[in-house]
Amino acid sequence: MKYVVSLLIGMLVGVVICGLTLIYNPFIGDRGLSPISVSDAQVMSLGYTVVPAETIAYTNDGESFQTPHPVKVPQLWEAPIRQTTAMAVLLHDARNQPAGIGIKVSSLSETSQLISGDAIVDSVWYVFLPEQGGMFIAQTENYWAFLQEVAFPAWRSSANNWRGTWLGDLTAGPGALGTAAVTGTSGRFRGLEMEAVESLSVRAFSSDTGFVSAEGRLLIELPGQTVDTPTD
Amino acid sequence: MFKTFLLGIVLGIAAAAGALYLVPPVDQVREASIVTVAPNGGNIESFHINIPMDRVITGAAGEGRATPEGLDWPAENVLANVRTEIFKIRNARDAVIGVGVRTAARQDDEIVIDWMIHLPARGSLFAGMEAAPREDGFRLGRISAGSREFRRLRGSVGERWVANTSDDDDEDAQDGRIELRAAYVGELEPLDGPEADE
Repeated sequence: MKYVVSLLIGMLVGVVICGLTLIYNPFIGDRGLSPISVSDAQVMSLGYTVVPAETIAYTNDGESFQTPHPVKVPQLWEAPIRQTTAMAVLLHDARNQPAGIGIKVSSLSETSQLISGDAIVDSVWYVFLPEQGGMFIAQTENYWAFLQEVAFPAWRSSANNWRGTWLGDLTAGPGALGTAAVTGTSGRFRGLEMEAVESLSVRAFSSDTGFVSAEGRLLIELPGQTVDTPTD
Repeated sequence: MFKTFLLGIVLGIAAAAGALYLVPPVDQVREASIVTVAPNGGNIESFHINIPMDRVITGAAGEGRATPEGLDWPAENVLANVRTEIFKIRNARDAVIGVGVRTAARQDDEIVIDWMIHLPARGSLFAGMEAAPREDGFRLGRISAGSREFRRLRGSVGERWVANTSDDDDEDAQDGRIELRAAYVGELEPLDGPEADE
C-alpha cells in the first residue's frame, strides 16, 4: 500500500514539476524583436484601447472574465461563436489624433499547444481610415508570453491583479517572420499587400475583470516607402 | 520506497506532458458547411442575418440612434461618414456560425461598402462591394482577401435585403433579413513537374 501511495505522491509531484517548468520556462514565449520595428520602410502606427469599458463596443460569450460593453450589447453565446470576441475601437495615429475605426474579431485557435508555448488566437481586423482607406488584416496571435508574465502572476497574487509595465508583440503569423498579412481594400491602400505586427502594452491587469490599463498598437509596414537614414 | 517515489515523479511528468501534447486546449464547435457547386465552376455558400435578432451593434454618426442602448459612437469628425455594423451570421440551416462586419462609408467621391465575415472554425474572408445593387436586388462584391480556409480562395459575394412582408411575426426577423451569397473560386496555381513542361 505504501508503495502505491508513494507512487501517487510522486506522480503528483511530477505533474506539479511539469506545470512549473511550463510556466517558468524562459525559453518558450519570447519571440524576440519584431521585424517591423527594425524595418527601413515607412511604418504606420495605429493605437487603441483594449480595456473593454473604454472601447466603442466589446462582446464575447458573456461568461468570460472580461465584461461586454455596453451592458446591453448582444453576447456571442451560440456554440460555434462562443470562443469568439468582437471589438470596435477608435484608432489613433502616432500623434494620438483620431484616425479611423477598427473592428477586431478573434477566436481561440485549435492550433494552440500549451506544451510548446502556443496560446494561439486567430484574429482579423477591419481597419477603415476615412482620409486614407481601408485594410483587412489577418493574423495568428500568440498570447503565451502575456499569460506567462502578466495573467499568471495576476492570478497568483492575493489581490488577483498585476501592475507593472509589460510590452510584447502578439502577432505570430501567418508571415514567415511572424507578421500579419495586410490587404489594402480601398483608398490609397487599394490593392497593396503589406505586413503588420500587433503589440500590447499593459500597465494593470486583473484576473477577475481583465485589462484595467492597457493599450494595443498596430504597426503596418507601407510598401515602397522607405525612411531615409542619414549616412556619413 | 524512495525509488517508487522517483518513478512516480517521472511518470507524473510524462503523463502531464503527454496530456498537454495530446489533449487540445481548444475545440471549436463546427456546423457542417452547406456548399453547392456552381454551374460554371466554383462553390456557392449562402448565409443570412435575421434583423433585428442578429444585430450586435450599429454605429453611425448623426444617423438615427446607435444600437444597442448605451453604445457611445465617437463624435470625431473623422467618423462622420462611416457606418459600421456587426452581426451574427447564420447558415442555410438557420444556425449561427460566425460574425460579420459591414462598413459603409463615403470617402471623397467614392462609396465604400465592405464585408468581413469571420467563421471561427474555418477562417475569414473580406469582400469589397459595388456601390449600387444590380437589377435582381443583389449588390455584388469581390472577395479580395481571406485567412486560413479562405486564404487561397477568390470569388464574389452578393448581398440582398429581404424585408419581412409576411403576416407571421417571425420573432427573429421581424424587420427582414440580409442574404449573403458567397461564390468561391480557387486561385490558379502554377503546375509542377511534367504537366508544367507540356
